[in-house]
Formats: sequence, structure tokens, C-alpha cells
Amino acid sequence: MSENEIDETTGVDTTGHEWDGIKELNNPLPRWWLWTFYATIVFAVGYMLYYPAIPLLQGSTMGISGQTNRLQLKNEMAAVNEARQEQVALLRESDLETIQGSEQMARFASAGGASLFKVYCTQCHGSGAAGGPGYPNLNDDDWLWGGDLESIYTSIAHGIRNSEDDDARDSQMPAFGADGILDLDQIGAVTEYVLKLSGQEHDAALAQTGQPVFEENCVACHGEGGLGDREFGGPNLADAISLYGNTRATIRAQIIRPQQGVMPPWVDRLGEAGIKQLAIYVHGLGGGEKAKPE
Amino acid sequence: MTTTLEKPRPAEAGIEKFDAEAVNSKENRSLYEARKKIHPKRADGFFRRFKWWIMALTLGIYYLTPWIRWDRGSGAPDQAVLVDMANRRFYFFFIEIWPHEFFYVAGLLVMAGIGLFLVTSTLGRAWCGYTCPQTVWVDLFLVVERYFEGDRNARIKLDAAPWSGSKITKRVSKHVVWLLIGIATGGAWIFYFADAPTLFVDLFNGNAIPEAYITVAILTATTYVFGGFMREQVCTYMCPWPRIQAAMLDEHSLTVTYNGWRGEPRSRHAKRLRAKGEIIGDCVDCNACVAVCPMGIDIRDGQQMECITCALCIDACDGVMSKLGLEKGLIAYSTLDDFSANMQLAGASGSMTDITGTKVFDQVQPQRVRGADGGLVDAIRTTDWRTLMRLRNYLYAVIYGGIGLALLVVLALRDTLEVNVLPSRNPLYVTLSDGSIRNGYEIKILNMRGETRQFWIETEGLPGAVMKLAGSENKATDSLLVEVPADRLRALKLFVTMPLDALSESRTQFSFRITALRGAETTSTATRFEAPPEISK
Repeated sequence: MSENEIDETTGVDTTGHEWDGIKELNNPLPRWWLWTFYATIVFAVGYMLYYPAIPLLQGSTMGISGQTNRLQLKNEMAAVNEARQEQVALLRESDLETIQGSEQMARFASAGGASLFKVYCTQCHGSGAAGGPGYPNLNDDDWLWGGDLESIYTSIAHGIRNSEDDDARDSQMPAFGADGILDLDQIGAVTEYVLKLSGQEHDAALAQTGQPVFEENCVACHGEGGLGDREFGGPNLADAISLYGNTRATIRAQIIRPQQGVMPPWVDRLGEAGIKQLAIYVHGLGGGEKAKPE
Repeated sequence: MTTTLEKPRPAEAGIEKFDAEAVNSKENRSLYEARKKIHPKRADGFFRRFKWWIMALTLGIYYLTPWIRWDRGSGAPDQAVLVDMANRRFYFFFIEIWPHEFFYVAGLLVMAGIGLFLVTSTLGRAWCGYTCPQTVWVDLFLVVERYFEGDRNARIKLDAAPWSGSKITKRVSKHVVWLLIGIATGGAWIFYFADAPTLFVDLFNGNAIPEAYITVAILTATTYVFGGFMREQVCTYMCPWPRIQAAMLDEHSLTVTYNGWRGEPRSRHAKRLRAKGEIIGDCVDCNACVAVCPMGIDIRDGQQMECITCALCIDACDGVMSKLGLEKGLIAYSTLDDFSANMQLAGASGSMTDITGTKVFDQVQPQRVRGADGGLVDAIRTTDWRTLMRLRNYLYAVIYGGIGLALLVVLALRDTLEVNVLPSRNPLYVTLSDGSIRNGYEIKILNMRGETRQFWIETEGLPGAVMKLAGSENKATDSLLVEVPADRLRALKLFVTMPLDALSESRTQFSFRITALRGAETTSTATRFEAPPEISK
């Protein structure tokens, strides 16, 4: 099969391989090409000795460089953290207003806050911070505990209704139905009144009955006219935003047996600088408020 | 009929005969070999002079272009041709290309492709023979080699000579100059990517970035090795171009051709044979064509992939022919079509492959192409500029020019304002406490002028919308004025708010109109406003 034969047209040896009449010519390979090939082999051997290469039952040979991708990543991450130390220290020392006022610090804080948010906050608040039933939307202009930098900072640092942090924000709405404080007729009437407050369709007669019940039981926390009171974390009932839903059924359920969300404290885990970065980020989502003058 | 050949010919005594062997000639191609060194002899003639000019022009462009200055005003680089990687900008005299305008480069590449078709189908492998950097630098390296070691014969002698003081001096000087050329070549390359005068000083001070030195080192090495040692090996074994070009040639393309129909049968002893009454052709087998060939081939073997059509063999042979008092052009630019017609005229028959190969050379009867006066008969087809005037070439030229014109028009009419709008998708919309709906947008405004400009941002098709910049303490308004620095892109985060009752669809199409405060350059970019699905009924 592999008898040498000379191709007539070119006068070159053939390899004896033939496909449908097309024969493979045995043209000479330039010798430098061969040397290049040997050079790549030498390089490969060197590479194999220098870097981790041969898989073993446990791990692999480490190579004389001792360099692995994981180690490189670790070193690079350490270098990045090292490079950020100065900025982070500056954040720790500066107050929130100063950070927001400096373009460079604000950019650093906002970017850092965004990535912290993605790791620690999206589980409840969603990746776009849009929240969901029971989890506040951080993009809007309705704040339970205040939307200025300082208030946001406190909420993140100490959390809400948790037992781990003594400074956690706390508020409790009584279970008006489950604990028998109000009877079902009263609850029905108050529900109509709350619907009226937020400008929705309601039974006017029942709402009128509900008004005194509301004033007697609810105003203490939810304020006159249901406008809310951030001091006590009392939600505004008159606006278009509600945490647990704005329908007759959800309002009624919330009065009978209220759900109350819990948020852990973060300051021990993320540190002063981390909380400040998150506060700047959340404040910049669109609903941030100016601090009220004392 | 044979009498015409009895015409006395001038003495051949003055013609030098070279003891040259084509190292890559057909019978010498061994199965597997190291490179055999080629010692091209210096050629003289029209094409050699032409190639000197081309060399001066191409090397001049390459080495000097980065040093040309071009005033673009303060803040912009004053280098005429600059690839600014850090700022992602390409400057070419009055043209400034931004990354998003990279299609110009794509257009230029398409033109280069069509240009390759055009040149190859008209002039054959003119790129290889005249302007390819490999050809130009090898030519330059040969000049150096000739200067220190002499021409072909001297170099062969030197190669064979034992090592001596003078041999070492010659070799060392040659390699030093080659390396200097290599360094200059690598050095010139990096000047295209940074301010040339600054980088030049930095390179010597040791202040340039490591990448600059590495690039210079790599290009020095490749220039030195490719120009000094590998030479024709690069063309034959490394470059895809010859194979691509070979596929684009047709029987009307110009190629360097040995006109066997007047050369054969060739003889080293023309005078003696002719005295015996034998009929012989014009080729005196002096091997001048082989001696000058930088590729080490024998053009008389016919068309070969290795031939870069540098035309030096034409010069060499023309010199011989004029000494013999014969017409120039035994080796000449011709086409396969003309060549085979002339071969048939000379009595050769067979297939196209047979004729354009060397197989039928023994059928050539040179007396058939010579008239009674000893000159070539009129029926001989000569290749001239009219050969190039054919439909295929016209079409290529029209396409090439058309793309070029289109690019110029687009360039002349291009905007100096570019706007990109990216609606926020997470969250799509936000319900505010008063029930109104807010959407977020990232708007990127590209100010491609050398001056700071202010732009009005307005909405079109979204009545009732108010907007404000993220983080702004101002009240939302129905339009915004923003400033974008000269030659910069500014990304803005913008909130647009709509009262709920002004919306009737969960998705409203509208546009942002951005208008320059001065000059009124304006652009409108379509996007959408998202609202809760409940509102579309």
C-alpha cells in the first residue's frame, strides 16, 4: 500500500495515501520547522515542571513555581484589599454626609455598597432592591424607619426586631383579632376606613363606623389620618405603598394577626465601613431623603 | 526556412556565464532538508531601480509616520497617527475614531480584501514582490550583507573560507547592523501607540513600560531572524498569502514568465551549435536569472508557488539579451494566456498544463517565431497594459472605490453626538407613595467635539413626565440641562416619573431627545416606560 511512487505533475514522492484519486504528496518539511516543534516540546516540559501539571489521586504536582490559580486569586484579592485599605479607612473615619459630598468617596462607597448588597441583602430585598410582600422596596420614597442617610445606616447596622442587637429597631403591632382586642365587626369597619385612607373603593357607612375604632386603637402608632410615624416604625397607611398588600383581604389579615418582618444586625459582620457603603448605595437608589434639621 | 537562423549573431564573448545552481530547482528538491543558503546576486535594471524607490517609500512611511505632528488643540494628542489604547481612540490626521466607530476599520479591512483581489487579478503577486515587509526588509538586509561581504561570488567564497580575522570582522559587522535595523524596526512599531518623542526619550532612560521593551525585543528578534536567516522560508512555508494569491490568479493575470517559445532549445554553446547548423533558441543558459533570484528558484521551470514576482530575473536577463543584441523580454511579465498562444505559435502542442509547464519545451521550434529579418514575427502576442483592462478588474476597482467613497461620505456626515439609553430592568418600575410610577434610565452622552458642551434632555411622546438626576436634590422638571466635557462620555442615572392617571399602558414607547445648547445638534433615542401590568385594561 505504501509503495513510493512519484507524482507525475510535480515530480514529488507521494506518501501512498490516496482519497478518490487525490494523492498526498510527500513534500519535504523544512528542518527549522522540526526544530520549532522540538522547541515547543522543551517549552512544554519546562511548563510542566514550573506549574502544577500532573494530576495525582489527591491534587496534583505543584511545580517548582508553587503557583496555582487559586493562590494567584488569593494573592490578587489580598492585593486588591490592601489597595483599598486607605479608602476603607477614610470611609470609617468620615461621616455619611461627608462621604456623599465627596464625588470620589461617594463613587467608591456606592460601588462597594452595590456589591455588598448583592451578597448580603438580595435574599430578602431582591437583586434590584425592589423587595416583595413583607420585604420593603428600597427604591421608593416610603420609609418605615426614615430615609435619610443616618436612619438608613441605623436600620442596616442594628437591624429590625431581632434579639441579637439591643439597639435594633423594634415595634410590635398587637394581634387585634387573634388576641380578641377587637371583634370581627370592628375589624371589618377599620378595614374599610383604612381603604378609605389610601383612597380606594370602600363601604362609606362601615368606614364611618371604623373611624372611631381607628382613632382609639391605631393612631398612637400610625398617626393622625394614618400618615404613619417613623419614630415608632408605624407605616403610613394613606399612601399607595404597603408592605403586606393594599387590598381588603390583606389589610384585614394584617389587623387580625399581623406579620412582622425581622432583619438581622449587620454592623458586626460588615463593619463600620461596610454599613456606610450600603447606606450610601441604598440612599442613592432613588428614594433617599435629606436629613431633617434637628 | 532555416536560413533565417544563419543570421550572424554578435559575439557572445562579453556575456558572463554563472556557475549558478538553483538550490530549489525541481531536481534538487530533496525529501527532507535543512535550508540551503541562497546568495542572490545584485541585479541592475528597471525593476531593481523601481524596487529601490518602493523600498525607500515603504520604509520611509513606516519609520517616519509616528513623528509627524498634527495640531488638534490642547488636551488632545498632537501625533498625526496614533493608536491610543488607554483612551480607546485612534487618530489619523484629521480623523478621530472612537471605539463605537470601529466599523470604519471593518470597512478598511473589506477594502484591503477587495484591494488584494484587484491587485492580484491585474498585477499578479505584486504585493509579494514589491511591498510585502518581508520582501522589503530582506532586500534591506541584503544591502547590508553585500556592503560587508561583497556580492554573490564573494559571499560564497567567504562562506567556504576558514575563520579568520577579516571573516569575523565582516560577519560581526553584518550581524550588528542587522540587529540595529531590527531594533529600529521594533522601536518604530511602538511609536504608533504612544507619543513618539516622549517614548523615545523614555526608552533610553529606562522609564518606558515593560510592554514597550518586550515589544521591541520581540520585533527585533523576528526582524533579525526573518530578514537575516529565514528569508524565502517565510514566504514558502509560513505565509498563507502565496497560496491565497495563487488561487486568485487566472490566465490573464501578470506573472513573471520565461518565454520558452523563443528561448528553447537553450544552450551554453550557442555559437558552436549554430555553426554546426543546429537551430537553437535565445537562452544561452547563463543562469543570470538564477543567480539573482532571492527565492532560489529557476524561473525557467515555469510557474512556481515560490516565485514572488520580484522581477529581478527580468532585469538580469534583459541585461544579457541587450548584450547579445536580442530583444529584451526573454523573461518578462506576461500572462499564461499570451504565453500559451505564443508557445503554440512556436509549435508546442498539448494541454494547458503541458504548455505552461516545461514539458513541451522540446517541441519548440524557435525559427517559427522569427521572421525573415531575424526579428520576432508580428503574430507574437505581447502583454501590455491593454491586457489589464478587463471586466473583472473594472468590477474590483468599482467595488473598491465604492466602499472607499461610502466610508468617506459616512465620515464626513458623522455625528459628533452619540446617545445611548438603557432603561433599568431591575426593578422595571417603582410605585411611589403618591401612586405615581417612576422608571430609571442610564443615559450615556458622547460628546465627540473638542469642547465642553451642554445638552438639553427632554422626553418625546410621554406627556406629563418629569425627570431628575439620581442623587439630585432638585425638584423634578420636564427637561434637564447637563454638561459633558470635551471628547468625553458621560453616563447619567436619570429618574422619570409619571402620574398614574397619565398612563394607559403597562408599556409606553417614547424617546429621549438630546439637543446641544449651542449648534442645536440633536438626536432622538427610542426607549420605553414601564408601569404595573394592572393599569392596561
